[in-house]
Amino acid sequence: MEPSPEEYEGEEYAGGVVKKFMYVNRRAPHGTVYAQEALEVVLIGAAFEQDVSVVFIDDGVYQIKKDQDPSAIGTKNFSKTFRALEMYDVEKLYVEKESMQARGLTEDDLNVPVEVKTSEEIGRLMEEQDVVLSF
Amino acid sequence: MKLSVVLNEGPYQHQAADTAYHFTRAALAKGHEIYRVFFYHDGVNNGTRLTTPPQDDRNIVARWSALAEEHDLDLVVCVAAAQRRGIVDESEQKRHGKDANNIAPGFRISGLGQLIEAGIESDRLVVFGD
Amino acid sequence: MALLHTVNKSPFEKNSLETCLRIAIEGSSVLLIEDGVYGAMKGTALNGALSDAGNRLQFYVLGPDLAARGLSEADVMEGIEVVDYDGFVDLVVEHDATHACL
Repeated sequence: MEPSPEEYEGEEYAGGVVKKFMYVNRRAPHGTVYAQEALEVVLIGAAFEQDVSVVFIDDGVYQIKKDQDPSAIGTKNFSKTFRALEMYDVEKLYVEKESMQARGLTEDDLNVPVEVKTSEEIGRLMEEQDVVLSF
Repeated sequence: MKLSVVLNEGPYQHQAADTAYHFTRAALAKGHEIYRVFFYHDGVNNGTRLTTPPQDDRNIVARWSALAEEHDLDLVVCVAAAQRRGIVDESEQKRHGKDANNIAPGFRISGLGQLIEAGIESDRLVVFGD
Repeated sequence: MALLHTVNKSPFEKNSLETCLRIAIEGSSVLLIEDGVYGAMKGTALNGALSDAGNRLQFYVLGPDLAARGLSEADVMEGIEVVDYDGFVDLVVEHDATHACL
């Protein structure tokens, strides 16, 4: 998942403006590409030193489920890369409590440390954002 | 205001490509600046010049090119998504040894940083997808 | 800071409207576009939930998408305002940010 040279093209951001960016993940991994390509945005975006939150709602919570092994279906196991987010200073990961409960998941099922928030808390957090990216 | 638009779906498959276009036109007509239109996921397929839609249907690619020319818009196709899906300009053609390129007029291929930069520099950013 | 949420899928196809209503904070707005406009129709199983939500959220529906689908403004639930693409732009500008609930 290392950004290629093409991706960077010297795009170090030195503008000084810091905005609140929220990445909204609502889809499961592997069945569609959105989860994987969303993560690529988060990684590239980390270079811009903005105030980033990543939220997992609905089937998005499955993106960070432990023990994913896509070898038999031949897709990429990008779930491991969520653990690298911390190194990129992307530490605000939130899952929606209602989504977890509906799917019978607990924090123990996840492969990265997250903060569990209620729907309302997620909604309030979303209200604070300058930019909301959906995939 | 400065607005940016993100389009996550390809032409015809999803209405997102149409809605994004109509929104962009309306914003321009109201005197707003469109800072960038960024094409991600299958949205990069809006940037191939090789489509031949039926005569009695809208030409989605051509109208993006026309709008870009009329208003000097910055239409940016994400390089990583484009590489996966085969949207190629001359530079990518050379870099990856392809026998052709297919980028439509008015579009340019660039990194995901351009999406983040659009979010930073614009007053509003709107996403169209499925 | 008020957010604008857009919902583009039919509530009978996908849970996007349901999730939007669960997340959206009082005082924010919801714009139904594309197949999402079916959620604005009178007489559906959603009318109760939408009426309730209407007490804390402001609803809008995109007129061109209604017309495309053979729906008239008369078919739209009370309290949901019909806007065109100009109105869509105005909503985006008037709200602090837009969340596409895809």
